[in-house]
Amino acid sequence: MDNPLTPRSNDLGLTAAAKANTPIESQEAKTFAKQLQGFWVTFKTIFKKPNTVQYPEEREPTAERFHGRHQLNRYDDGLEKCIGCELCAWACPADAILVEGETNTDDERYSPGERYGKVYQINYLRCVFCGLCIEACPTRALTMTNEYELADESRAKLIFEKEDLLAPLKSGMLQPPHPMVPGTTHIDYYRGDITGGSNG
Amino acid sequence: MTNAEIIATDPGWITLVKGLLIFVVCVLATLMSVWGERRLVARMQQRMGPNRVGPFGLIQALADGVKLALKEDLIPKAADRIVFVIAPIISATTCFMAFAVIPLSGPVNLFGQETVMQMTDIPVGVLYIFAIASIGVYGIVLAGWSSGSTYPLLGGLRSSAQVISYEIAMGLSLVAVFIYAGSMSTAEIVSAQDQWWFCVTLFPSFVIFAISMVGETNRAPFDLAEAEGELVGGFHTEYSSLKFALFFLAEYVNIVAVSALATTLFLGGYRALPGLGFTESWLGGWFTVIWFLAKVVFFFFIFVWLRGTLPRLRYDQFMKFGWKVLIPFSLIWILIVSTLRVLSQQGAPRSVLIGFSFGIVLLVLAGSSLFESSKKRRAQEDELGEVAVPSFPVPAIPGKINKNRTEQLNG
Repeated sequence: MDNPLTPRSNDLGLTAAAKANTPIESQEAKTFAKQLQGFWVTFKTIFKKPNTVQYPEEREPTAERFHGRHQLNRYDDGLEKCIGCELCAWACPADAILVEGETNTDDERYSPGERYGKVYQINYLRCVFCGLCIEACPTRALTMTNEYELADESRAKLIFEKEDLLAPLKSGMLQPPHPMVPGTTHIDYYRGDITGGSNG
Repeated sequence: MTNAEIIATDPGWITLVKGLLIFVVCVLATLMSVWGERRLVARMQQRMGPNRVGPFGLIQALADGVKLALKEDLIPKAADRIVFVIAPIISATTCFMAFAVIPLSGPVNLFGQETVMQMTDIPVGVLYIFAIASIGVYGIVLAGWSSGSTYPLLGGLRSSAQVISYEIAMGLSLVAVFIYAGSMSTAEIVSAQDQWWFCVTLFPSFVIFAISMVGETNRAPFDLAEAEGELVGGFHTEYSSLKFALFFLAEYVNIVAVSALATTLFLGGYRALPGLGFTESWLGGWFTVIWFLAKVVFFFFIFVWLRGTLPRLRYDQFMKFGWKVLIPFSLIWILIVSTLRVLSQQGAPRSVLIGFSFGIVLLVLAGSSLFESSKKRRAQEDELGEVAVPSFPVPAIPGKINKNRTEQLNG
């Protein structure tokens, strides 16, 4: 096998395992010259380019699906996707999420449908970034960004509130509370038929 | 004029200036070597090393020193207070003293005074260095003992045992040098190397010295005294602040000191490389200092290279290597060297010398082949022989059903 990390190779890594389990025949290196090879390795490495990334000045992008800070998404007209169902909080193995739902009214509507998340907190002192909350979310309201710079100087600052987590308003979006697009129901929202704020 | 005669004419203030210069050079060398080691070892591991403080991170060591000095100075309750304070001072002062007898340059002009960069030249200079190094061990032992704690005690004992055993091999490796140079004075050993450096003519001695100087300075791969995984920090576990800084300083000054000693004894000291002798008069003789420093840096590079390459030895292997390999080997080597020396001094013909050397080589070959065959036989016996089952429960050997074990498990 050329790359031991290749997943789903033909023999499921059995040859490598067998090779690792065969008894070592001789504890001694075969020759003195072989022992000296190590010195050549370190000497050669001096002239290689270091792998170091000079972090604060240089940044390298994370992996595409890196689990970073969470984000609460919006529909294209600005209404929140979160329906306050608490499934994310129930899914969380670290008990890092607190959700309190509230009923939408026609005067004060934050999300299409019946309910919205009034309180939404994620405690980044507890969060293990496993992503189970994202799997649990029925409306894709909760996703993860690639942002990883989450250090701060107090515990309180690391409990992110709803306004810290909400996705920023893009052009065409309106700050909730506002009514749904006229002539649509929450079903249209869930289907993804809403393509922009039009109710001014 | 020999160095001793030149130094004898020095007025007192020149000696003071030289002492100050050597001290400053040592401290600067420590700062630079800490930085250099970290950078170099980092490059060997494809990292960058310290590059934040100052250009290329050059003053990192200074910043660390300042940080250490500002730290809280703790003395544990169980510690013997007086000895605890004295121990780092012993370590840090003795390590500087070796430099008093090491010639850093040939004849130079210092503030209008014709002199050499050597504090003093005593007829037993190398023995003096050894004596000082042995006193330095007290710093380590006392630090370990006075901390009133287990790990420092173990570390201190380990490192004193190590330093003492490797000092024997080191001392023995130097006997050949003394025989050939006809003197124990460092300056005369250097001038005895004007034709051939001793690292060529006395190559086995050089190898033994090079190995034992790593053991002597408690450096990787022989850094058992401060084996992080086993002993936390070894003898300086309980030390903090400036006292710790003193041990740190002592370690690096010691490295520079043994490198300087190796340079003096085996690499021709301040003398230029063969064929570049004309450079010795450059800058009014001061260029010899550059030669000296270059050789010291070479040894320092070897130290770092070893650290970057080799894993730490196990303690028993290390002691076995010192007592059962290095010491007997150097004893035999001394016998050979002194026989050759006596033969040549008494005017034995060349054929006798060559015959003697040839005989030695034959003996070594015969001995090694005997050793190999006995090792093979032992290995065969091991394969045939059944391993006795001990009376106590042992984990099963893979591929072998341990009957005794199953019986034990089943009651």
